[in-house]
Amino acid sequence: MNEEKKPAIKKIQATGHMRKIMADYFYEMDRASKEGSPKIAWCTSVGPAELLLSLGFLVHYPENHGAMLGSTRTANDYIPVANAIGYSPDICSYLTSDVGAFIKKETPLSRAYEGIEGVPKPDVLVYNTNQCRDVQDWFSWYSRELNVPALGISTYRNIGEITKEHLDSIVHQMKALIPRLEEISGNKFDIDRFREVVTVSKECTVLWKKVLETNTATPAPMSFFDGTIHMGPAVVLRGSSQAVEYYQVLLKELEERVANNEGAVEGEKFRLYWEGMPIWGKLRALAELFINLKTAVIASTYCNSWIFESFDPDDPFMTMAKAYTEIFIVRNEDFKEKYIEEMVDKYKIDGILFHDAKTCPNNSNNRYGMPERLEKKLGIPALTINGDLNDLRCYSEEQAQTNIEAFVEQLEAK
Amino acid sequence: MYFVGIDVGASTTKSVIIDENKEILGYAINNSGADFEAAAESVFKKSQEKAKKRVADKSCVIATGYGRRNVKFANQIKTEISCHAKGSFFYFSQAHTLIDIGGQDSKIIRVDDSGKRRSFKMNRKCAAGTGAFLEEIANRLKIKMEKLNELAARSEKDIQIGAYCTVFTATEILTKIREGVKVPDLVRGIFGSVIKRALEMDPLEGDIVMTGGVVAYNPFLVSMFEKKLERKIYVPPLPQITGAFGAALYALEAKGGRNA
Repeated sequence: MNEEKKPAIKKIQATGHMRKIMADYFYEMDRASKEGSPKIAWCTSVGPAELLLSLGFLVHYPENHGAMLGSTRTANDYIPVANAIGYSPDICSYLTSDVGAFIKKETPLSRAYEGIEGVPKPDVLVYNTNQCRDVQDWFSWYSRELNVPALGISTYRNIGEITKEHLDSIVHQMKALIPRLEEISGNKFDIDRFREVVTVSKECTVLWKKVLETNTATPAPMSFFDGTIHMGPAVVLRGSSQAVEYYQVLLKELEERVANNEGAVEGEKFRLYWEGMPIWGKLRALAELFINLKTAVIASTYCNSWIFESFDPDDPFMTMAKAYTEIFIVRNEDFKEKYIEEMVDKYKIDGILFHDAKTCPNNSNNRYGMPERLEKKLGIPALTINGDLNDLRCYSEEQAQTNIEAFVEQLEAK
Repeated sequence: MYFVGIDVGASTTKSVIIDENKEILGYAINNSGADFEAAAESVFKKSQEKAKKRVADKSCVIATGYGRRNVKFANQIKTEISCHAKGSFFYFSQAHTLIDIGGQDSKIIRVDDSGKRRSFKMNRKCAAGTGAFLEEIANRLKIKMEKLNELAARSEKDIQIGAYCTVFTATEILTKIREGVKVPDLVRGIFGSVIKRALEMDPLEGDIVMTGGVVAYNPFLVSMFEKKLERKIYVPPLPQITGAFGAALYALEAKGGRNA
C-alpha cells in the first residue's frame, strides 16, 4: 500500500539539441588534441575563458569533466587513486576524481562519445582562484605531470563591497597573461576579437538568466536538477553562437510550459531553494524523490553562478574582472545572506536546503551558522543535507531521504 | 476500532496498538535484524497478543523508522521525526526540545506549544553518540548492554572520553584501560560522551524531553544529563516506543479521530 510509484521526470524537449552541441564541442576538441591544432587551453569554470577564446584556443573545463565523473557515478573508482598519491579524501572530489581518472587513463568522454580515447591534451592550464585554492592545486598537478605551463589569476575572497583596487588587480593579472598566451597560441591578441567574444558570452549569459527566471512562475517549469544539466553550454560553450542559439530554444520551450501552466513537478505544493553544490551521482534519485513529495526545487545559487551580467564589450577587461569577482562564491557572509534573501522573495520559496558537501568547504554555506540566521530572519525553515559533489561515500541516501521527507512533513503541518 | 504504529528502527522494531481514547492496549519490541518485513510482522503479532485484540483493519496502520517502506501491511508511512514529535507532545503538551537517541541516529526536534515541529536535526553520517556507539564500546569492554546503567551509577570519577568517532573512542578506551581506569568510570565516561554529542547538535533551550532505547535502558544517563544542564529532563513512561506511539496517534487522526 505504501509502495512508492516511480515518478516520471518530465523530459525537456531541447535536451536533444543540447546533446548535439555538446557532442560537437567534445569532438572538435578531440580532433584538435589529435592534430595539435588549434591549441587547447584548460580553464577553470569561472576562469578567463573569453580571453582564451579570443586568442584562438579551444577550451576544456576540468570541472565539467569532474561533474561528468560524478554524474556517471564513476568518481568513486578514481578518488582512491588520487588519495594513494597523497591527495587527501578531504579535498575537492572533482580534483581527486579527475586526477585519479587521468592516472587510470579513463574518462566518461570515451564512453559517451565513440572514438574519443581521452581528455584533450592541454597546451596551457589557466585558473582563477575565485572559486577556491583547489583549482590551482589541481592544475599544478597536471602542470608537473604533463610539463605544461599553469598560469593563473589570484582573486580576493570573502569580500563584501567590490572596490576599484580589487578589480584593477584582476585586470592587471589578466593582461599579464597575454604575452605567454600569445606565445603558446601563436596568435596575436586582438582587442576587437576579444570584444566580440565578450559580446557573445554576454548574450549567452543574459539568455541563461532568463531561462532560470522562468522558474519565478508557479508552477515552476524546470527543476534545479534539470538546471544543473542544462547549464552545460553556459559553462563550456559560452562565447559561442551555439550556446546562444541553444538557450533561445530552451527559453522558448520553458516559456511555453509557463503559458500552459505546466510545472516540472506535477501538483507543486512547495518550492525550495538549493544552496551549494549538486550531488552529481544522485540527481535522478533526488529529482524523483521531490516529484513524489510534490515539492519543487526551483532556484539555486549554483545554477546562478554562471550569470555574468557585468560583461560589457566596451570595457572588456574591467567588466570581465567585475563579472568574475562579483559571483556569490567570492563574497562574504553578509552578501551571501542578502543574496539568498532576495532569491527567496523573488522565487516565493518555502524552505531552503543547504548541501554540506564534505569536500567543498568553499561552496558549503551552512558551516558558519547561515541556515539558523536565515531561518530566524526569513521565517522559513532550512535543512542541511550532508553529502558531497562527487564522493558518494560521504552521502547516506537513507539519512538524506528521511531528512527531506521530514522537512516536507514539517512544511505540510505548518 | 484500534490504531497501530510500527516503528522499524535500525536496532529494534516497535509496535503499539491504541484505542480511540489514545490508550495503549499493547506494545512489543523486537530486534530489527536483517529482514525488516518479517520483524514488523512478528512485532505486530506480539503486540496484538499483548493487547488481546486482533487488528483486522489494515487501513489504520502507520509505519515509521528506517524500515518504514518495508512494512507492507501499513497503510501510510511517516518519518520517525514527525512520529517522535507527535508521541512526545502527547505526554508533554507544551513547547519543548526533544532529544531522541536511537540505535543508529540521534535526533533533536523542537516542538512549539501547539505541537507543531519548528525544526529538527539529525546526527551526521556517523553513529557516534547513539545506541550503536554504546554497543560497540560495551562489546570492546565485554560487558552486557543491560549492565551499563548499573556500572555507570557505581562510578565516582569523571573521566573525559571523546565523542567524535566510535572507532577512535574505542581506541581511546584502550589507552584508559592501560592507564588503569576502572570499568565503571569508563562506562560513565562513555555516557558523558553521548551527552556531549547531543550538546554539540543544539543549544537545547527550554524544556527538554528525552526518548529512545538508550534512555529507556540507561536512566542514569538522563540523571547525568540533568546535572549537566542543571534542569529537569522529562522522559515519557515508555521512552523506547515514542515513535511507534506517535505513528499510532497519526493513524487515529487519519481515521478521523480526535486531533491527537
